[in-house]
Amino acid sequence: MIRLVNIHKTYQGAQPLHVLKGIDLHIQKGEFVAIMGASGSGKSTLLNILGILDNYDEGEYTLAGTPIRNLSETRAADYRNRMIGFIFQSFNLIGFKNAVENVALPLFYQGVGRRKRNQLALEYLDRLGLKDWAHHYPNELSGGQKQRVAIARALITQPKILLADEPTGALDSQTSLEVMEILKDLHRQGLTIVVVTHDSGVAHQTEKIIHIKDGVIERTLC
Amino acid sequence: MRIFDTDRWEEIFDSLSKNRTRTVLTAFGIFWGIFMLILLMGGGRGLETMLGSNLAGFASNSGFIFADITGKPYKGFQEGRYWYIKLDDVKRVKDCVEGVDVATPIIQNWGSTAMAENHSCSVTVTGERSDYAQVDNPKIKFGRMLNDVDDMQHRKVCVVGTRIVEELFPHLGKEDPCGRFIQLDGVYYCIVGVSGKSADGINIGGNAQTTVHLPYGTMQQTYNRGNRVDVLALTALPGYKMSDVQTRVEQLLKRVHVIHPEDTKAVLKLNTEAIFSMIDNLFRGVSILVWMIGLGTLLAGAIGVSNIMIVTVKERTTEIGIRRAIGATPLDILSMVMSESVVLTLLSGMSGITLAVLILQGMEVGFSESNPEAQFQISFGVAIGAASLLALLGVIAGLAPALRAMKIKPVDAMREE
Repeated sequence: MIRLVNIHKTYQGAQPLHVLKGIDLHIQKGEFVAIMGASGSGKSTLLNILGILDNYDEGEYTLAGTPIRNLSETRAADYRNRMIGFIFQSFNLIGFKNAVENVALPLFYQGVGRRKRNQLALEYLDRLGLKDWAHHYPNELSGGQKQRVAIARALITQPKILLADEPTGALDSQTSLEVMEILKDLHRQGLTIVVVTHDSGVAHQTEKIIHIKDGVIERTLC
Repeated sequence: MRIFDTDRWEEIFDSLSKNRTRTVLTAFGIFWGIFMLILLMGGGRGLETMLGSNLAGFASNSGFIFADITGKPYKGFQEGRYWYIKLDDVKRVKDCVEGVDVATPIIQNWGSTAMAENHSCSVTVTGERSDYAQVDNPKIKFGRMLNDVDDMQHRKVCVVGTRIVEELFPHLGKEDPCGRFIQLDGVYYCIVGVSGKSADGINIGGNAQTTVHLPYGTMQQTYNRGNRVDVLALTALPGYKMSDVQTRVEQLLKRVHVIHPEDTKAVLKLNTEAIFSMIDNLFRGVSILVWMIGLGTLLAGAIGVSNIMIVTVKERTTEIGIRRAIGATPLDILSMVMSESVVLTLLSGMSGITLAVLILQGMEVGFSESNPEAQFQISFGVAIGAASLLALLGVIAGLAPALRAMKIKPVDAMREE
């Protein structure tokens, strides 16, 4: 599903920062993987590259058989929309849109009609147990509920992979557990999930832990 | 195309209506700008038509010539000699001077008293031919103008000013006084018409509202005026300047009446062209000022919109980043910001136009009593023009913020937190 070969990334600046120094990574379809590392280890950069949010300088990245290289912004946006679902630490919901509208937004950019996408969004919210909260705005929801809305938004385009950046970072331990349960559940349904975290408790609930240190993969635990 | 998708519009209105403070602040600049522009334009137009209605009916290329005592000795005549314009001169001027359209004689008598039904009123009496209407139209309110037959048959008829009717026939109110008689210096005249001219415009030979107009022939006979003419009224043919025509008329008169060609005292000239061109210039100046102030305010509004939009884009970095992360293309973001700007500009501008038009309409209704010809309302074409100007401003105002928004990368969404 994901194939990274010898990925290098340097942030240009007054002092060029060589963040990723040759990453080789293979993730099979249906795997549940955690990427761990201290801050500054390059794990966020790696996630950005995986999510086509950022480009890389050297190497090769293939996502679901599609080479990801030198994409135009428009193509990148399209691939993100159709192949990748994002979950962020800070949820990143749009404040002036209610839960349904937030969940439906990726479909808006696919050109799906309003009625159809809202109906689909309601279905996904229902699956995550938020049907009664569908018309609430993010500031009326608890952290766990917000993250579940974000998960519904990530799932609505039926992506090939789900990328989660510290999905439990802003949640208490109880809701963290709930969110992890949801991810595990999705994994059981066959979704490929990559979680970036520095919380080993979270990481140990996955199948495979990849430790990154100073821009290289230190070790992989299965 | 997705631009015309109703979904797209719903998205725009959603975004605008859910961020109300931002929207209102942004909209106000444009609203105020267009409001001021339209209001000033309408006000300027109102002022112009108000003054114009006072001057209306008066030929803008007319001139008047009076005789005065000579200022230089010439060919055996001493200075200080009296001379008069004669009826023959009028025909001569009309036939011989290039560029003359109408040349018509006027005789006047000041300080007469008109009487009717135990009321009296002090008036000015003028005798004029029918073609004088081409110089100074009496703007007939009731009845008719004086005509050539009145003149030839020396009929005892008159056209009077509105004040005279009010003073002499107070019980008539707004009714037609035609057919009633007034007595002037012992002679009765039948009223055949009422002049609606106001006293605010150009008045030749006294207040237009207290003037009794008699046929030339009638006045010539009753007042025993012979061939002497008080005033020679002229209009120029199209394409001729009144001042040039008057100079030629002056030369002719001087030749006929043996006056020194360089005598500056003997022939008095009055030229409405100069007055009209002064007023024209005044209003040209006013309208330039109006446009400058209005467009300036509008431009300031547009720059305000642009500014606030730029701030907004910065504030919305996270939102735009999120949109980009979940699949919005840079073009989506560009068109989002642009259409928000255009919609906002158009909406606020339209409400500005609407309010200004309402106020102008109110002014027009308010002035309709005292000044029925004053027009404050802007034309439909101007409104359409203003609306397209707004659309253009919206695009220009949206350009800078939209380009800035386009540059936002999806990673910024996460970094911003």
